[in-house]
Formats: sequence, structure tokens, C-alpha cells
Amino acid sequence: MPTRIQKEARRESMLLNMGPSHPAMHGTIRIMLELDGERILNSEVEVGYLHRGFEKICENRTYFNLLPYTDRLNYVSPLINNLGYVMTIEKMLGLEVPEHAQYIRVIMSELSRISDHLTCLAAMAMECGAFTVFLYKIKAREFIWDFIERTTGARMTTSYIRIGGVRANLHEGWREDLIKAVKETRLVLKDVHALLDKNKIFLNRTRDIAVVSPEMAINYGWTGPCLRSTGVYYDVRKAYPYLVYDQIDFEVPLGERGDNFDRYMVRMLEMEQSLRIIEQAMKKLPDRSPASELNTEGLEPAEAIKMARVRQPEKKVKLSPNLQGMEKENYPLILTSDRRYIMPPKEDVYTTIEGLIRHFKYFMRGHGIRPPKGEVYFSVEGGNGELGYYIVSDGSDKPYRLHLRAPCFHIVSALEEMIQGHYIADVIPTFGSLNMIGGELDR
Amino acid sequence: MEKEVILKALQDKFAQDIIRLGQQFGDDIIQIKKKALLPIVNFLRKEPYEFTMLLDLTCVDYLDDEERFEMVYHLFSLKNNIRLRIKARLKESDLKIDSVTSIWKNANWLEREVYDMFGVQFEGHPDLRRIFMYDGFEGYPLRKDYPLRKRQPRIPLKRG
Repeated sequence: MPTRIQKEARRESMLLNMGPSHPAMHGTIRIMLELDGERILNSEVEVGYLHRGFEKICENRTYFNLLPYTDRLNYVSPLINNLGYVMTIEKMLGLEVPEHAQYIRVIMSELSRISDHLTCLAAMAMECGAFTVFLYKIKAREFIWDFIERTTGARMTTSYIRIGGVRANLHEGWREDLIKAVKETRLVLKDVHALLDKNKIFLNRTRDIAVVSPEMAINYGWTGPCLRSTGVYYDVRKAYPYLVYDQIDFEVPLGERGDNFDRYMVRMLEMEQSLRIIEQAMKKLPDRSPASELNTEGLEPAEAIKMARVRQPEKKVKLSPNLQGMEKENYPLILTSDRRYIMPPKEDVYTTIEGLIRHFKYFMRGHGIRPPKGEVYFSVEGGNGELGYYIVSDGSDKPYRLHLRAPCFHIVSALEEMIQGHYIADVIPTFGSLNMIGGELDR
Repeated sequence: MEKEVILKALQDKFAQDIIRLGQQFGDDIIQIKKKALLPIVNFLRKEPYEFTMLLDLTCVDYLDDEERFEMVYHLFSLKNNIRLRIKARLKESDLKIDSVTSIWKNANWLEREVYDMFGVQFEGHPDLRRIFMYDGFEGYPLRKDYPLRKRQPRIPLKRG
């Protein structure tokens, strides 16, 4: 079947295919261009190469089980995806999350936002020929991911933010690591500002290219840095404050012209604000967690289970290093007090019958987390914009319908109009400045 | 402008087209008849309400209901900072609804997605084709009667 552009194209113009697998395309996306010389007359964007049936899978998993799938939506900022999903469920259940966990969530989501912006701008700069910038930014991202890895145990697919709180407390010595990550990122931002802001080559390729007016951005449903680059003040963190964002002092940078350079600049300035947020949140958290040392002395789990059949063991149970940060002492800090919706502490599971029953009830099909009937929409400010979840619950342990409002879907849908009349070479920085993420675009 | 004022104005103007006004988990829901979709969204989009942004558009399949499909529109007013959810039910025998592409440009892709996943026809859509699945895919994957593990035969390689 011929595509729209094949049918509509003039006979004398040339059709050129970019993608789906092109070195300058971030994900698998296909752009078909109708060209007059090097100028783009018309184009057609084709998506769906990364479609994995996310929504269908989620309808067939329990609320707890589907959390890892949300990691894979935006693999540069998985923690924000977790957060959006988890907070939607919490809105349905009406859960109160401890303040400590809320500050951890703020830190984690701001770190993710920085890593998202760093990745986007690194790729954009690299495609314009600034390979040094790419390396600098990836270096800064490494420091951030090191911190995330130390606490969550994974670099990308973290599944760290759980319904009712977070999986584990921050790791021992987190403050030094975080201060280091913030400091290194600041240095990199300063370097990048110096390298790119007044760089003739970069300016020529980004200034006044693919200009988007505020009306057009709103009409296309743009959110996030791309919308703010056109000068529209809308940030979910300010418009609908969630977590503790209303107690934190930060600014929302705006652009003026809505061209590629503004999208670059808004992202750069936003990272500085994120660093500010992290520094403020850092002050609210204590240095040490209640169970700071990994318990290596205690009973082996098997031994404890055997002993508990007769009576409650007096010694503590030795836990796997994987569980560090989620000892029973940490529970009041990291998870809600409503015990119906959280996993029981492992110490209880090993030594008490109540803990064991709760553990089974939590994971058994048909039990577990069962939000009340109804439908809910909740959104957080993701790296790309408003990341919303629309969930319909029928009262069972699986969502009846889960729909993701992917910010990048709306942004990429404007691409055809944006590149019209520009040169082929302009497609690359324009596409880079949009930060298209295949995972959430195609779902 | 307050949310209550908008809802009141809407109810006064479209009394016979609004089936139910409700609230759930703090979100406002307006259930409407499908033929009234365009007049209502046009009314909301204009001043002084200014729901200029279509946040989201999707569909839910209620397999056992008589009116099986439910279209869900999330509107957002930047000026008043209000979100609204508009819902309209469709029958399987008459799976058509007016397209909102003339009002919001991002509806183009969103409606293609709903067509792709549920098979809803949008009247007035300029280019209604599948968006995620390929040409030649049979059935609508997000419908509740489409099996999770169903496989489809391979399609022949495109020539030319």
C-alpha cells in the first residue's frame, strides 16, 4: 500500500527515506521526505517500530507486577516513570507516604530529569559535530547513574519507587556521593555553556530553525521543556504540585522564540534548577539510616525459619545484601504505615506466621493490591513533559485499562509541520532537540 | 475562573446532551452523548473557558456492556489551570464518532492510535490509518476479546 506521501508527491520531486535505522536517529523512527533539491517540501513520520504492546501487557499483570514494565518506557529516566505510575495508584488508594520517602523521591526524580536532559542534549550536540560536549555530558551522567546504582542496585531499569514509598533507604555515605555528582554536573554544565552558547556553528544550525509558536505548541498538546521553550509557563510541578515540590524553591525557565536553540537553553537552565532542588532536598534528610551496617552476624534465614517453628528467635536474621536499605528498622521511613499495600519486612516473613501470611497474600493472584473501582488520571512532570497515567480499575488485582499519556508522542506528531520548508541538514538538530524516546512513543 | 462556574455553564447550555456530571478520586467527569461531542468541545475551547489543550485521548473497551466502547478525552485549560474528562459511549454496531482533528492537531495521531487499537472510526479524520501496527494486521489488539498471546502470520516482504 503506498503511503500518503508517495501518493501526494509531485512527480519531479525526489523522495528520500530517513530511518527507521539511521545513525542520526535516536530511536527507530522513519521520516519520509519529499525534496526539492535540499529543501523539504513535505514529510511523513512513521512510528511504531518499537511497539511492544505495553498497555495490553499491563492489563494482564497485577499492580505490583507491572512496575518493571514502566521502567522500560523511558530508559533514561525510569525513576520518573515509576513515580508516575506509583502515584496514580496511591491517588486511588489514598495512601500517605512518609516525608523521608517523599524527599528521596524528589531527589531521584530530579536526578532522572538531569540524566534525561543530559542525554538529549549530548546526542543533539554530537549530531551537530560537537563530540566533546557529548563526552562531557555522558561523564556527568555517569556520576548521577553511579549514585542511582548505589541506592537502587540498577543503572537503568531500577523499579525503585514502589507503591507506598520507595524500595530501600539511601545507601550508606549517600551524601558525599550526591554532593560529588552535583558538583561534577555543575562543572560540566559550565563547560557546555562555554562551548556551545556562542558557538557560531551551533548557533547557525539551531537559531531560528524549526520555530514553534506558543499557539502551535499548545494546539499540538506539547508539554515540558519543549512547550516552555515557546514561552508558555506550564510545569506540572507548579500547576499541580505533588510530593513536596510546593515546599521547595525553584524557578521554571522559559524560552522566547521556540526554536532549536531555545529548546537547548531551556533544558540547560532546567538542569541547574534541578540541582538546586536536589540541594534543598538533601538538607532535609539525615546522614545515616537506622540500620546502617549490613547485618552479617545474625542467623541464616533457613536457620531462623527452623527455629521460629518452636519459638521466636532472639538473634536477628541475616539478610541478603540485595535487601540492604529495606531492613525492618527502615520501614517507617521508606514505606507507608498502611500495611495492606506494602510488602512485609523480610525479618517478619522468616520468623512469624503473620508475616508469612501477609507475604503470601501480597503476592497471590486475586489478592494483593486491589484499588477501588473507578478511573483516575494522574500526571507528573517527566523529562519530556507531562507524563500521565489513566487507569481504570474494576476492583480486581489487575488494571482493567492502563493508558499512558506519553509526552513525546504529542511532541513528535508536530515534527512534520516543523521541518517543512527547511533543509535536510536541519532535520537532525530539530529531531535531537525534541528528545524523542522510542520506548514511550511507541509503547 | 472557578471549575463550578464552568460546569454550571456547560450544564445550562447542553442540558439534554449531558448524561451525567460526576467526580471520582478528585477528577471531574462529564459523560455526554456522542453526537454532542463537537459542540461541547468547541464551547469549552472558546473564551472564557479556554480549554486549549487536548491532554489525552483514549478509549476503553467494556466488553459486556451494551454500549461497548468509551471514548475518553482529557482537556486542559492553561489559563484556568483546570483539567476535565469528557466521556462518550459508542455501540459496537455503530462504531463512529466525530473527529476532533479540526480543533486540535495532536488528535490526528491520537485518533489513529485509537483506530489502530480499537477500530473506532473517526468521521472527518484526514488520514485514518494504523499507526503502531503494520498494514495487513488483522484485528484490534487492545480490545478485550483479542487474546494476549495471539500470533499473526508473517506478511510478505514489500517489493519496490
